[in-house]
Amino acid sequence: MQSSKQGIIMPNMSLEKNKMPMLEANDRIHSFDEVALGYSEEVAVLEANRCLHCPNHPCVEGCPVNIDIPNFIEHIKNKDYESAYRVISLNSSLPAICGRVCPQESQCESKCVRGIKGEPVGIGRLERFVADNHVDEEINKPVSNGHKVAIVGSGPSGLACAYELSKDGYDVTIYEALHVAGGVLMYGIPEFRLPKKIVQKEIDRLVKLGVKINTNVVVGKSISIDELLQEYEALYLGTGAGLPNFMDIDGEMLNGVYSANEFLTRTNLMKAYKDSSSTPIMKGDNVAVVGGGNVAMDAARSALRLDAKRVYIIYRRSMEELPARKEEVEHSIEEGIDFKLLNNPVEIIGENGHVKAIKCIKMQLGEPDERGRRKPYPIEGSEFELDVDVVIMAIGTSPNPLLKNSCEKLNVSSRGGIIIDDSGMTSIDNVFAGGDAVTGSATVISAMSAGKNAAKEIKKRLSNLVI
Amino acid sequence: MYKIISKKMLNDTVCQMLIDAPLVAKKAKAGQFIILRVNEDGERIPLTIAGVIDNNVKIIFQIVGETTMLLGDKKQDEYIQDFVGPLGKPTEIDNLNDVCIVAGGVGCAIALNVCESLKKENKKVTSIIGFRNKDLVILEEEFNKCSDELIIMSDDGSYGKKGNVTLPLDELLASGRKFDKVITIGPLIMMKYVVETCKKYNMPCDVSMNPIMIDGTGMCGGCRLSLNIDGKKVTKFACVDGPDFNGYEIDFDEAISRNNIYKDFEKTRREETCNLLNKE
Repeated sequence: MQSSKQGIIMPNMSLEKNKMPMLEANDRIHSFDEVALGYSEEVAVLEANRCLHCPNHPCVEGCPVNIDIPNFIEHIKNKDYESAYRVISLNSSLPAICGRVCPQESQCESKCVRGIKGEPVGIGRLERFVADNHVDEEINKPVSNGHKVAIVGSGPSGLACAYELSKDGYDVTIYEALHVAGGVLMYGIPEFRLPKKIVQKEIDRLVKLGVKINTNVVVGKSISIDELLQEYEALYLGTGAGLPNFMDIDGEMLNGVYSANEFLTRTNLMKAYKDSSSTPIMKGDNVAVVGGGNVAMDAARSALRLDAKRVYIIYRRSMEELPARKEEVEHSIEEGIDFKLLNNPVEIIGENGHVKAIKCIKMQLGEPDERGRRKPYPIEGSEFELDVDVVIMAIGTSPNPLLKNSCEKLNVSSRGGIIIDDSGMTSIDNVFAGGDAVTGSATVISAMSAGKNAAKEIKKRLSNLVI
Repeated sequence: MYKIISKKMLNDTVCQMLIDAPLVAKKAKAGQFIILRVNEDGERIPLTIAGVIDNNVKIIFQIVGETTMLLGDKKQDEYIQDFVGPLGKPTEIDNLNDVCIVAGGVGCAIALNVCESLKKENKKVTSIIGFRNKDLVILEEEFNKCSDELIIMSDDGSYGKKGNVTLPLDELLASGRKFDKVITIGPLIMMKYVVETCKKYNMPCDVSMNPIMIDGTGMCGGCRLSLNIDGKKVTKFACVDGPDFNGYEIDFDEAISRNNIYKDFEKTRREETCNLLNKE
């Protein structure tokens, strides 16, 4: 516990992070309410005092957008939360979102010296605390510098780029294909992990900064890149990953087989879990989710909240290799998701056109491959069936071909990702790109980082121009 | 919000609307589609574009379920929530000089747009359009204008010739009539048999698919179809790879099954909407 000696606050040397208050597993599986409730002020200060403010602050290196972490935590110690918010804002435009969805355990918190013995400081939880307690200030629209930039896609990458540009007076217009802005933050990540009103608040803040958002416009279809270039000096393409992958096994076209994108879009964007929604969704009694990433966890936990009696995660490697955030895996286990690890689907079995079961084969892990991941091998003759009525494929996405198909000049890799140079520029002059559209499926924060870096390059280029 | 410029009932259940959507109108080509939402909480439904007049996009839809019912209930000068497009690839007509259009029911609305595009390019067009009965016949005059030959069929013989659309198509092909291509648009079961008829005579046939979809930009994968290309099964997405496909390659039975996924849900919602709107 915290102790003070002659007015100097001593660090809190507890080896464990302060626990995140949460809804009870038994209650939360019946609703889409947010699971993690956030630190109280008292707990936040206690947790902040676990930070030693060590001289090398390795956590900053671990953050994709290099937030000055020890500095913002120092402000929490002094209960000056608005100053903490300002420190975070210098580097991140979406703190309330990153505090919730960043994989801190493999980023900032993985570098924390407190983690050498015991648990690292709960940096993500503190970031969320600061963002949630931030009082909306009056936002003054910056004075326009006359430069016009268009951003294609309103996901984390596009929003970060828009924020970085608009705060310096750039005239920014975002084009979004769907009917709401937010991209994966709206259609992909479920309400119980990232409430949509929090995303909307961040978007509203951008609008107050003067960013214009044109929904229902599909760039490449409704308007071309060339047409945008006639109106804007630079473009940023943050169109996301796109096409869902399937396994190419028998039975994937049966009714009851969803891509995670479709299942989550029906649930999150179209609110299929609400009675008032006109969008249907197939609720299974027994649901199998294939994959081990965050998207798989989101799909599994959504299925549970849509009244499934049993939900399986089928993953071909073991718990150790599971790519999802640790917290999401823990929450999934608490909620009763049944992890079928070291298993791989080989066929989906149907009856009258509908899913009836999924046939899996048991796997074992071989030697690590060049990336250090142990390659799974099937164990011959170990096939077995699980009775399920819904199967959700959460095995990643491929870049969307729509933009490329509409613009020959835009170079893409053999896998379909947009090719960029070191500055983030594509094969078209003054057209930048970043996020999943370039890298394939990755994280919210890496997409934001790409958007922010592209914004800096755009500023560099345009500020040299005379208007 | 998108304004309804005009509204007209073509028969008891088929409605035509002009929607003010300049961006879509500027780019739309025959064969492409739009996605709309009637109101907040509404579902996203795809509708094939039936034509363009200035800044306005023509849609023609059959009132069959909740969303089309709510849409059909809207009046001229009212607004719909969302309207996005044009999506999908346009129908390929460039290298065709002599085309047979085979359409059924509300599919005729979309076929007409293709037919008019062909006529604009001075191509030869033979149109075969089919309906269940006389009361359901739509767009006859319009088809007459853009077709070199027009054959109207009705299931019960109450208008035109009796029988379904494959009958005259089979007769034409059997008589040795050659087309560059047959393009068919209508119910899946009809398109399936049109393709089978064409196969008998080795006549190329394109079909316009209209599967369930959400985003229409290649993100959800709900609209996926199995194609058999040179003996190999390939998955394609109707929204970005289509909606037109080589009919020979489509697995129609699977597509029919997939289109019925939400039949029960749709029935319940339809009944609820009927009660809400006080309709039968």
